[in-house]
Amino acid sequence: MTALLNFEEAFQAKIDAEEKIEPRDWMPDEYRKNLIRQISQHAHSEVIGMQPEGNWITRAPSLRSKLILLAKIQDEAGHGLYLYSACETLGVSREELLNQLHTGKAKYSSIFNYPTLTWADIGAVGWLVDGAAIVNQVSLQRTSYGPYARAMVRICKEESFHQRQGYEIMAHLALGTPEQKAMAQDALNRWWWPSIMMFGPHDADSAHSAKSMKWKIKRESNDELRQRFIDKTVQQAEVIGLTIPDPKLKWNEQRGHYDYGEINWEEFNQVINGNGPCNKQRLEHHKRVHDEGAWVREAAIAYAEKQKAKQQAAA
Amino acid sequence: MNKNDNQGPLWEVFIQSKSGLPYKHAGSLHAMDKEMALQNARDLYTRRNEGTSIWVVLSEQIVASNPNDAEELFDPMNDKIYRHPTFYTMPEGAKHI
Repeated sequence: MTALLNFEEAFQAKIDAEEKIEPRDWMPDEYRKNLIRQISQHAHSEVIGMQPEGNWITRAPSLRSKLILLAKIQDEAGHGLYLYSACETLGVSREELLNQLHTGKAKYSSIFNYPTLTWADIGAVGWLVDGAAIVNQVSLQRTSYGPYARAMVRICKEESFHQRQGYEIMAHLALGTPEQKAMAQDALNRWWWPSIMMFGPHDADSAHSAKSMKWKIKRESNDELRQRFIDKTVQQAEVIGLTIPDPKLKWNEQRGHYDYGEINWEEFNQVINGNGPCNKQRLEHHKRVHDEGAWVREAAIAYAEKQKAKQQAAA
Repeated sequence: MNKNDNQGPLWEVFIQSKSGLPYKHAGSLHAMDKEMALQNARDLYTRRNEGTSIWVVLSEQIVASNPNDAEELFDPMNDKIYRHPTFYTMPEGAKHI
């Protein structure tokens, strides 16, 4: 027991000194579990997030926008892979992670359970959803687990193109015909609240927060990050002449921040618990594609074994 | 490779960002063989011209020191400051040394 306490003290001292924890370092089981939960959820979100955007590849309004959308979705796949690798350094296999996703044991960000109904939604996803993700990910570049922090640095470098392409789409529509502007406003109306829910419950109600902050897995609280996102997004909406759908949104001189209206946590919980508009579709699609790809994995294994046998025979 | 693990072994990816510079660890990936590892590394880690050359190495082939041995391995160097050029006092007026 004393030995374990010493390990824990040394571990916490390292974190307090802003040193990174690396895969082979001693760490409390709870820290490992917490990280596996958070990183895998993050990885699954990147991968599931390809679906609402993929919905518009064949219908992108120009070759330019199609190329950009393809590149963006390819990035999301890459981000998922960086994160799965980071998660695997904690001793969990890729297969196990996918299995947890398929059985519902692991979650992904609720935002991807909303549909992308119009082209403006692709703009709103880039501007708001990626924008919110960036605020969170910039903060996570300083997370205490080395492989996770390094994946975040790489992801942040790539992600800012995503937000800019989304905002460009919104700006074009907002400055277009009245119908186009209405389409942009409609997308903002539907994506605003789910986007600010992405930061999770208020600090007082957040189940995993206290431990995560102590261990510096999370560096800033849900509410701090949410506030930062709102503060910078309001001005961007004004510039392109769109209205954020929150009548209570108001600059608070005293706080130096925007005040905002009540978030509908009932909706948040409904979507998390599987009752969002697209939960079933997203998961079924992922499972189906994974199953349909089984022959590729089998063929690749067979080929690798054959090559190995050939080499051994030649040696 | 066990039956449930059908993702292939893990590889570590090292990228040289410019010719002449050292290779730097970029991350890891799964692949069935070395050709696939190189292809995947290119798709995954160099989508924005990050590299001029790539190394891939099977993760299990890497021998790593244990963090617990850090003291034993590295502390003996602490008292050998004479290995640094700033340790030495140069005569006044000597140039280019």
